[in-house]
Amino acid sequence: MKILVNGAWCETAAADLESALEALGYGGSIVATALNGEFVPVSSRRDATLAEGDRLEVLAPMQGG
Amino acid sequence: MLRVYETELRSRLMLGTSRYPSPAVLAEAVRASRTEVVTVSLRRESSGERAGQGFWSLVRELGVRVLPNTAGCHCVKEAVTTAQMGREVFGTSWIKLEVIGEDDTLQPDVFGLVEAARILSDQGFEVFPYTTEDLVVADKLLAAGCRVLMPWGAPIGSGRGLNNLFGLKALRAHFPDVPLVIDAGIGVPSHAAQALELGFDAVLINTAVAQAADPVRMAEAFAQAVEAGLAARQAGPIEPRDLAVPSTPVIGTAILR
Repeated sequence: MKILVNGAWCETAAADLESALEALGYGGSIVATALNGEFVPVSSRRDATLAEGDRLEVLAPMQGG
Repeated sequence: MLRVYETELRSRLMLGTSRYPSPAVLAEAVRASRTEVVTVSLRRESSGERAGQGFWSLVRELGVRVLPNTAGCHCVKEAVTTAQMGREVFGTSWIKLEVIGEDDTLQPDVFGLVEAARILSDQGFEVFPYTTEDLVVADKLLAAGCRVLMPWGAPIGSGRGLNNLFGLKALRAHFPDVPLVIDAGIGVPSHAAQALELGFDAVLINTAVAQAADPVRMAEAFAQAVEAGLAARQAGPIEPRDLAVPSTPVIGTAILR
């Protein structure tokens, strides 16, 4: 299925958010996630099932003022 | 000591981490500023570049507290979600809450700000709201659970200093016991010193240091300015007058004409 990851369409076979992050190359990274605009904490990623067309945001620390 | 929420800070300078010429200069500027708090943000991470991971390692090595922001958020929902994500990544309940209402001035949307502050305070966040000098908004932010306020000096990155002195003085006078941090618009160290002289508790600087020709030297200059401003405030500045008052005693002046 296709999901939108940080604004770009990606093909993934992962059924849940935790698996998707691993498959997309974020394994071991310090990131925060939001699925369809809702924050998904680390502890809930395995329970967050993915569906066609889902919007996933993967955010990391960045410079800020 | 400045007490914000349950944390005591010696330094009256908070420093942003954005727009430095290099990570090395950022690190050196943070050390030169003697700050204990730096602001950070969250942005989309590319799994290939992993830029955020390197930045976060750099910040952790500096040994300072981080104040995550919600920069770029234009509505309550965005700001609340960003704050939740920041709390997990940065491991702190502190959040510099920005809800931007207008893009030319980056003026806060104070209506959204109050609403987001209430939601986040109820969720256990310790909110540092980026606001204007408006007394009514300040009152509502405090009622929403904020225990520190961050009024702007001037639009973000403008370097214009304290634009509305009357309004800022009124804010200081009206809330004598609330920690007030001037956030945004400071351009040169004299602006920072002025803020401390007026009784503000601290200043948050980013562009004025990061975009200076020599950011490290400018960071040191700001460190000196806030120390001087605080010392002057504690020393009790004289009140300005409209007419001259001779500083040399008049009694005993010779008559030589």
